[in-house]
Order: sequence, then structure tokens, then C-alpha cells
Amino acid sequence: MAPMLEVKNLRVSFPTHRGRVEVVKGISFDVGRERLGIVGESGSGKSMTGRAILKLIRKPGLVTADRMSFDGIDILSQNEKQMRSIRGARISMVMQDPKFSLNPVMTVGQQIAEALVTHEKLGRREVNERILAMLDAVRINDPKRVAGLYPHEVSGGMGQRVMIAMMLIPEPELLIADEPTSALDVSVQAQVLDIIDDLVTRKGMGLILISHDLNLVSRYCDRILVMNSGTVVEECAAGQLDKASHPYTRGLLAAMPTMNENRDELPVLDRTQWAGT
Amino acid sequence: MTTRDWLLEDSPSSRFQANAGRAYRVFTALLRNPLSVVGGVIILVLILTAIFAPWIAPYSAVGQDLANRLAPPSGTHWMGTDELGRDIFSRVIWGSQITLTIVGLVALISAPLGLLIGAIAGYFGGWVDRILMGFTDIFLSMPKLILALAFVAALGPGINNAIIAIAITSWPAYARIARAETMTIRHAEFISAVRLQGAGPIRIIVQHILPLCTSSMIVRVTLDMAGVILTAAGLGFIGLGAQPPLPEWGAMISRGRTFILDQWWVATMPGFAIIIVSLGFCFLGDGLRDVLDPKSEGK
Amino acid sequence: MSLEPQTTISPASISPTKRRWGRGISAILGFAATVFLTFLGLLAITFFIGRVIPIDPVLAVVGDRASKAVYEAARASMGLDQPLYIQFVQYVGNVLSGNFGMSVSTGRPVIDDISRFFPATLEMATIGIIIGVIIGVPLGVLAASRQGSWVDQIIRVVGLLGYSMPAFWLGLVGLALFYAKLRWVGGPGRLDVFYDGLVSPVTGLILVDSLIAGEYEIFWNAVSHLILPASVLGFFSLAYIARMTRSFMLDQLNQEFVTTARVKGVPERIVIWRHAFNPIRVPLITVIGLSYAGLLEGSVMIETVFSWPGIGNYLTTGLLNADMNAVLGSTLVIGAVFIFINKISDVLYRVLDPRAR
Repeated sequence: MAPMLEVKNLRVSFPTHRGRVEVVKGISFDVGRERLGIVGESGSGKSMTGRAILKLIRKPGLVTADRMSFDGIDILSQNEKQMRSIRGARISMVMQDPKFSLNPVMTVGQQIAEALVTHEKLGRREVNERILAMLDAVRINDPKRVAGLYPHEVSGGMGQRVMIAMMLIPEPELLIADEPTSALDVSVQAQVLDIIDDLVTRKGMGLILISHDLNLVSRYCDRILVMNSGTVVEECAAGQLDKASHPYTRGLLAAMPTMNENRDELPVLDRTQWAGT
Repeated sequence: MTTRDWLLEDSPSSRFQANAGRAYRVFTALLRNPLSVVGGVIILVLILTAIFAPWIAPYSAVGQDLANRLAPPSGTHWMGTDELGRDIFSRVIWGSQITLTIVGLVALISAPLGLLIGAIAGYFGGWVDRILMGFTDIFLSMPKLILALAFVAALGPGINNAIIAIAITSWPAYARIARAETMTIRHAEFISAVRLQGAGPIRIIVQHILPLCTSSMIVRVTLDMAGVILTAAGLGFIGLGAQPPLPEWGAMISRGRTFILDQWWVATMPGFAIIIVSLGFCFLGDGLRDVLDPKSEGK
Repeated sequence: MSLEPQTTISPASISPTKRRWGRGISAILGFAATVFLTFLGLLAITFFIGRVIPIDPVLAVVGDRASKAVYEAARASMGLDQPLYIQFVQYVGNVLSGNFGMSVSTGRPVIDDISRFFPATLEMATIGIIIGVIIGVPLGVLAASRQGSWVDQIIRVVGLLGYSMPAFWLGLVGLALFYAKLRWVGGPGRLDVFYDGLVSPVTGLILVDSLIAGEYEIFWNAVSHLILPASVLGFFSLAYIARMTRSFMLDQLNQEFVTTARVKGVPERIVIWRHAFNPIRVPLITVIGLSYAGLLEGSVMIETVFSWPGIGNYLTTGLLNADMNAVLGSTLVIGAVFIFINKISDVLYRVLDPRAR
């Protein structure tokens, strides 16, 4: 069976006063109905990869690829209108920080409703029922009240659950989660990821989890891509991370503290080992 | 090492090199924006015109030629002649001196005044700040043009009084900017370091705070110059600014008003000069803001 | 003519904090205090201009052709033998009781003149701001949604023209072209001469008065006279409104929630109007208010060009006749209205924005 999403030689570049700079330098990967993790430090191009899949990179940014197809549809050749029927409805994305990614002057309910009615023509009562059911699915206790709140009236963790509800309500087949927990308190991070994991598995969706946190990705994903300065340096199953071979991945792993250890000094990344490759 | 490398050095070895490098970067960034290049060229042309007016102007600014009055634009009189037969092109050229004088003096009076008031208010804070800024705010919420009119009415018409009136009404904006900038840097480590070395408030404000306010101030002053030119021209138009026979552009338009229906060139030509010069300041100011102060767009 | 108000506004400065009732009340009190102080400041400035700067304020009021007796009477009635602060208190008292003195040029109390001339100015500025908003806001939105394109560049240049064109010049050129040459619009003044005085003033706004009287012919004549000066004024507010709208919109379009809307598959038209434009409505109201206040000021020049019998024309006539009472009275009234609109629009967004509720 062909994978749901196929990406071959994806490149994203932006013009600067020193000429075009590539932030994604020809990466290739496939995603099926599975959970793929993309890990890398900030600036490694992992977020740009997520946005490129949805064709959300605006001019003067430039996206090229030998092939980028979703369910047999060539994404690069889709026009804006065709892309809109894919965005949200078939591929969706959970953004990083609910404080900025929710519209401050629309209520939570209105924003979720918008995601739904953009793709399905439904009666008002049905929309309301779906919203309440969805808020319930992301474990919000009092969905009726929360639906009437403005984003600044909800906490970060709840905001991110609202975000997930909004992105999953049109029932997409692939969810991209771009650093979904890095703006949240540690105490609610696991809860939010559990909700994503639970819903994705239950509905049999594909998931691309983008994060800088190697541990977290290896816990929630089946497969992992490690990115560094725009290229994929390592691809492996989540369980086999300890067998990683690239010096960057090894360096990342070594720099991670573990519970029961007694090291005098945490090593820092020695970038000379792979620089120039 | 080429001059360019020396200018773009990441770790300049002298203060002069750092300043030169910064100026060079601002300059090259400006060159990339076509509108600011246009603005810069316009202002350069204005300055050159003002300096070389006696050589550029084909006729005298005040010489009358009644036989040739109200002649339409032609090869001998590019912009036509006015009701006294004076060559409008020559008067526009000479008028650039007046415009440049007004703009220069207003900037020289109001910018340092506003800078000083704002820096003092921001540096000392507390009651000093409240009183100075209360004063500034009152001035800020007044209608500038009306206030300038009233001042000139009391002081009496004339170009000097017009300059004073415009300067009086334009310093408060600069005081606000200077205060805001000062507030952000007064608690900076390097200010504490200077204070520990025994520097007094005057030295700190003049030597360390004011230089840091200059870039946003230059942006604002450049952008404001268009408004100053228009206010000055407006005063001239009403008859309160430069007095005849001075070739001030606003006063020239006022004279041409009577003939606007049949001899359109008398009133329109000086207007084009005003528009071009004001646009020049706007373009340059916009470009400078994009380079020096990108966060403040539209504020 | 530059109509850029000096107050700074930005949607980004609206912090998403909850407001408690107590803070609301103290905010209102603070607002009242600043308005009061600003008015006092205005009074102080006009007092200063009228009584302190002129070498002989009596001469400034009665004019230099007044006889000795008139001069002495004026001097005594102005209380110039009193110390300055007492004069100031008297001045404030006079102004508050509506006594702005007599106008030398019309021979009537200044306050009567002003109440007669003000509606004409209000009518012109109001039509002007309507034109400015109707055209300026969509232009700003268009420019922002096509940032960097040639459409954006053209709108930018049009906007900057509004900052660099003398209003009186544009008015003159407009008169020469649309009135004298093309005959599309009526000439100077509010009405053709033979319509003058036919409708009895109820509101002082001729458009309204003629409709009340059912005189549609006069109404259309008034429109033909009003449209050009109002459009000239409208152009300047358009320039400012479009520029501010563009800059607010760019702020919003760079926000993450706009990307969120795009991720949801929302059409670009809705992204722009619902997600980017809606949050800036409140700061835009402020901008429009400030621009309106600016138009009242800008009408001084326009009224001179169009012989429009408004307060601006009254002011400039006063200036040329050394009629200091008329000048200061108009300055006070325009200044007070200006400050009032300015301050009201300044606090408006704090009251209206859902994030501040």
C-alpha cells in the first residue's frame, strides 16, 4: 500500500540580503497511518517542513520538491482553492502556543465551529452538538461554558486542548503537531500529548509530531526523523534510538540527563564531528 | 583588506570604524529601497538648488516685467510668469532657500528641545516626569495648525514668527519619543557602570542617553518635515508667513489664487514644488524608519 | 496637509488582561482629570497668546484705528490693571460663561458668530470623514493583503501624497478643474446665490435642513457645493486611515491565529475580514476619531479656498483683520472639540475591546 504522504527532495528557501538561504535542504520521507516524530533543534527546519506540507509558506518563501503527494494528490500542483479543501479537512495542524494561535476576539466555540462549517454544511444544532462532543473528547469538563469563553479566559493547557478539538473536528486523516506542548507547563504536557495520542490512534489517523524533545518523541511515536540544519541526519524506529549512528543524534542522546546516573558533567554537542558533511 | 571589508568588520577596532560601519550598513539598506533613494535624491536636489540658486535661476526672483505678465509656460519662461511678469521658475528656485531655512530651523529648534525635555523626564522619573509629560501631553492634544495660526496672529506675520510658531507646536512629539527611549535604557547595566564611575546626571544624559535616542529621532524628524513644509506653506497662503515679495511657495500659491481659472500655472507650479519636496521627505523618512526603527511602523 | 494625530495607538498594546470594576472607575476619573487639565492648558495657551505675547493687547482687540476713548474703555473692561493670575481667572470665568468678547469684524459677540458658523464646518468635516472611511479602510486592507505588490506600492504612494499635498492647493486645483473647466460641481460657498437663505436653519446643516423643508432642489444644490471640499478633506483622512489600516492589518496578518485560520482551510477572504480585520475594528475607531478631529482642523485651509462660511473661514478672516477675540474664540472652540474627540477616541478601545472586558 502506498504511504499516505510522500515527500521527495523537499526544499524550502527564503531570500536574504546574502541571496536565497535554504532552511530545508532536500529531505525525503513517507508517512502512513502511523506516528512519525521529527526532532531537531530550533532552526533545523522541522517547523518549515510541517508548514510546507500544507503549502502555508508565503511569498517570498519558496517551496520545491521532486514529489510531494498526499493520498495520490500532488500537493505542489494544487491551487489555493484546492488546497483549502485539503487543509483542515484532510491534513490539519496543531500549532505551538494557544496564547497566540487562537483568535483573541472570537469565542472558543465560534472558532471550533468555523473549522467544522468551512468543510461541512450542517445545521446549527448539529454544529453545537459536534462541538460539545469534541470538547468532551479532549477532556474538557464543562464544554458548554468553555465554548462561550474567549481565549484569554482559558489556561494554556485548556487552550491547547481547544486547539486540538478545533483541528480534529473535521476529522482529518493526517495531523501535524508542531511543538504542541513546548509553550505549556510541564505538568500538563503529558496530558495534552495523551489526548492527541489517544484520538489519533482511535481514529486511525497519521500523526507527524514535531518537537525538539527527543525523549517525548520517542515515547509517543513509532518512527523518528532527526533533522539538523535542514537535512535529515537519522531515520529510525523509535525503539531503536539507542542504536542511532549519526554523531548528531548520538550527541543529543548523550547530552540528555537520566534519572539514575552520576555523571560529573553533561557533555555538550561537539559540532565539528559532522560539520562539513 | 578593502574599504568595504573594513566597514563591515564584525568587531570594529575603533569607535570611528564602528560608526562608519553602521552608517555604511544603513546607507546600503536604504539603497535597496527604491522609494527612499528617490526621496534622498529629491532632498539632495533641494539642498543643491538652494545653494546654487543664483546660478540656476535664469531670472531674478523679484525683477518685474510688466509687459510680460501672466505669460503661459514657454521656452523662455518654463513655468510661465506671474501677475507682475516675474519668472515663476526662478521664484520657485529661489523659494527653495526659504523652504530649506524653515525646515532646518524648525528641526534645529524643536528636536533638541523635545529631546532634552523627554530625556530629563525619562531619566529622573517621578514628579519631574509627571510635570514635564503632563505639559507635553497638553501640547500634544492641541490642534497644531490652529495653535500655530494663533501664535503667529499674536506674534505678527513674518517668516521668523512662522518658524517660531511651528517649532513651538512640534517639539512635544519628540519629547515623547525621547522619554520612551530613555525609560528603556536608564536602567541598563552600562548606565549603572557610568554612574559608578562618578558621572553626574547631566553627563549621563548628554553623553550616554541622547546619542542613543538619535536614530529614532532622525526618523521622526524626517517624517515630520513634510508636515512642517505644509504648515509653513499654509501660513504663507493665509498671508501670515513669509511676506511679499519673498518667493515663498505657499505665498506664491496665494497670489495665484485670483488667476486660477484662466492662468492656472501661477498657482499650480509652486504647489508641485511643495508636493515633490514633501514627498521626498516622506519617502526618505519611510525608508529610514524601515532601516533604523522597523518596529514603529504606523505609530 | 498632515492630518496625523499625535497620539500613538497600536492593537498590540492591548494586553489581554481582565479588568475589575474598581479599575474601570478610577480609569474614568483619570480620564476626566486629563480632559480637565488639557482644557485648562488650552485656556492657558489662548490666554497667553491673547494677553501676554502682544505688546499691547488692547490694540490687538480694538484695532489700531480705535479712538482714545474706546481704547481706554477697552483697557478697563479687560481688567488689564489687575495682576496676571487674576486676569486669567477672569478669563476662564468669561469663557465658561460663553463670553468670548465682541468681534471687531462682524460687530457681534464671538460666541454668536461661532454658533452660526460651526455647523457648516461640521457638515463638511462629517461628509469628509465618511468619504475617508469608506475608501480608506478597504484600501488599507487591500494594501496589507497584497503586501509588496504593485497595488500596495500605489496605495502607499497615494497615502504619502496625502501627507505631502497642501490642502489649499488641492482645493484650488479641484475648483479650477471640476468647477471652472468641467462644470461637474458647484463653486465656492454652500449654495448658489439665489438659493441662499431660502431654507430656515433648524440644525444649521443645510443637507438636513433642506430635507426637513422638503426642498430637494436646494438639497442637491448643496450637495454639488459640498462634494468637492468634502472630497478634498476626505482625501487627507483617507491617506491617514488607509496607512493606519494597512499597518494594523499587517500586524494581524503576521499573527499565529491567522495561520491557524488558514490551517483550518478558511478562505482567504474570510481570513482577512473575520480574523485579521475584526480585531482591529476597535483601534480603527480610534484612528477614525483622531482623523475626524484632524479634519476639523484641516478645514481651516479648505474653507479659506472655498469661501465656506465655517469656523475656519471665520478664524482666517479674524487673523487678517487683527480680530483677536474672533481668533482666540475659534481657536478655543476648535481646540476644545479637537481635544474632546481626541480623548474620547483614545479611551474608546479600552471600553470596546472584548479582551479588556
